[in-house]
Amino acid sequence: MRVLVVGGGMGGTIFANLLARRIQHEMKTGKARITMLSASHEHVYQPGWLYVAMGRATPDELVREQESLLESGIEFHVDPVEEFHLAENHVKCKSGKVHEYDLIVISTGSRPLPEKIPGLKENSINCYTADDAVNFFKQLSDFKGGRVVVTVGLPHKCPMIPLELTFAMHDFIKDRGLLDKTEFYYTYPIGRVHSLENVAKWAAPEFDRMGIKYETLFNMKEVDGKNAEVLSEEGGAVKYDLLVAVPPHKGQEVIEKNGLGENGWIPTHRASLHMEGEHGKNVIILGDTTNLPISKAGSTAHFEAETAAENVAAVIKIGRPVRSYDGKVFCFIEAGKDRATYAMFDYQNPPQPKAPTGAVHAFKMAYNKLYWASARGLL
Amino acid sequence: MSERIVDARGSFCPGPLMELISNMKMMSVGDTLELLSTDAGSAADVPEWIKKVGHEMLDTKQDGEGTWHIRVRKAK
Ligand SMILES: Cc1cc2nc3c(=O)[nH]c(=O)nc-3n(C[C@H](O)[C@H](O)[C@H](O)COP(=O)(O)OP(=O)(O)OC[C@H]3O[C@@H](n4cnc5c(N)ncnc54)[C@H](O)[C@@H]3O)c2cc1C
Repeated sequence: MRVLVVGGGMGGTIFANLLARRIQHEMKTGKARITMLSASHEHVYQPGWLYVAMGRATPDELVREQESLLESGIEFHVDPVEEFHLAENHVKCKSGKVHEYDLIVISTGSRPLPEKIPGLKENSINCYTADDAVNFFKQLSDFKGGRVVVTVGLPHKCPMIPLELTFAMHDFIKDRGLLDKTEFYYTYPIGRVHSLENVAKWAAPEFDRMGIKYETLFNMKEVDGKNAEVLSEEGGAVKYDLLVAVPPHKGQEVIEKNGLGENGWIPTHRASLHMEGEHGKNVIILGDTTNLPISKAGSTAHFEAETAAENVAAVIKIGRPVRSYDGKVFCFIEAGKDRATYAMFDYQNPPQPKAPTGAVHAFKMAYNKLYWASARGLL
Repeated sequence: MSERIVDARGSFCPGPLMELISNMKMMSVGDTLELLSTDAGSAADVPEWIKKVGHEMLDTKQDGEGTWHIRVRKAK
């Protein structure tokens, strides 16, 4: 079986490594082959950008050569796919090269699009690319006091970022002795401070304790840079001195252009992870680019990749898949510079977050390093 | 005019209302959407948001399996 993995990020890499380890024998004897195509020779640990924004990491610490992370035997090419011909079981890359497959796994991720909201890109900071995270740190370090407003676009990857950024900025400003000159104003699209009800129940009193104000049912419509004001679809208007954005996201343009999914989100079966529709039988979708109603997070990509790798190995060995994806997600929540908690949930069970502790924060800091073992499929 | 179904059953995060808001951004004025949700809260928080923004509520009902079917129209 020829397995083609498109995307060398979290989902694609974990899937390819876990599968390679399970089908070593089949790969050695030529019964199975894994090829990966990616848009970059680098693998970036994106969650690290939160720490870059706070001056606690630099972008180079978060990057490894993609090839160095892959199990031996996996063929790797930096050659982005431009055309998906799913009815004919092949893709065409930027170089013009055509790759045929028996099974394709697509994990091309998502991208922030601040330019979708008029005025947002020019007037706000965010931490959704390495450069933006460095700029975030510079602007936050130069901030001398005033009103910091957090505004959140939909959909976005990493559901915890709005809260994490707010708590982290609070501690950053506190350490600089500027808390009495600073007002934090957090806005959120739905009627509570986080999508997860139990997380919102925990976070709102934390905000109250820290003096962080908040407004819910606030979906940004436009930013008026001249008057330093962000306007909402609901008719709200909030003045800012420093505007911190979680930009709205889309999937990759190549997904949209090939008609695989509106806005780059591919219709995906919630249990099998196969693409919906007539050509979905040998197409598996992982990570941010699914249209599943679950968090766009690395842990989602990870748990989906585990399920998919186990299933593909089983199909190769015994002719049928063995597991369904249960919607599992595990997200750490940094609650400031030295405390954290976590939320674990699936399609059936909501999370029950505990009070933040230093121990969970220490574990998250360790995980930031252990991630490279996780990408290799060892954790 | 098109009609879309958004299956947000079992969605805790981002959750049914965030799924609805994201989808409504992709729709044209006059299009309708049916949200499937297993979260009882949706029956209250979707109408609240729809009213606040000025879209239109069409119908809310719960089927025998406990799933809420909430139909809305994009009005602006
Ligand atoms: C600031 C920030 C903080 C975050 N914090 C957390 C966190 O604490 N916990 C958590 O779980 N998640 C977190 N995330 C989210 C997490 O990083 C993503 O959800 C995860 O990377 C998604 O994995 P993926 O495989 O779908 O996509 P990605 O990891 O983004 O990988 C996409 C891959 O596809 C490749 N690609 C793109 N186009 C093509 C093409 N045409 N052909 C071939 N390859 C292509 C890219 O080069 C890349 O290798 C965070 C993200 C950000 C930005």
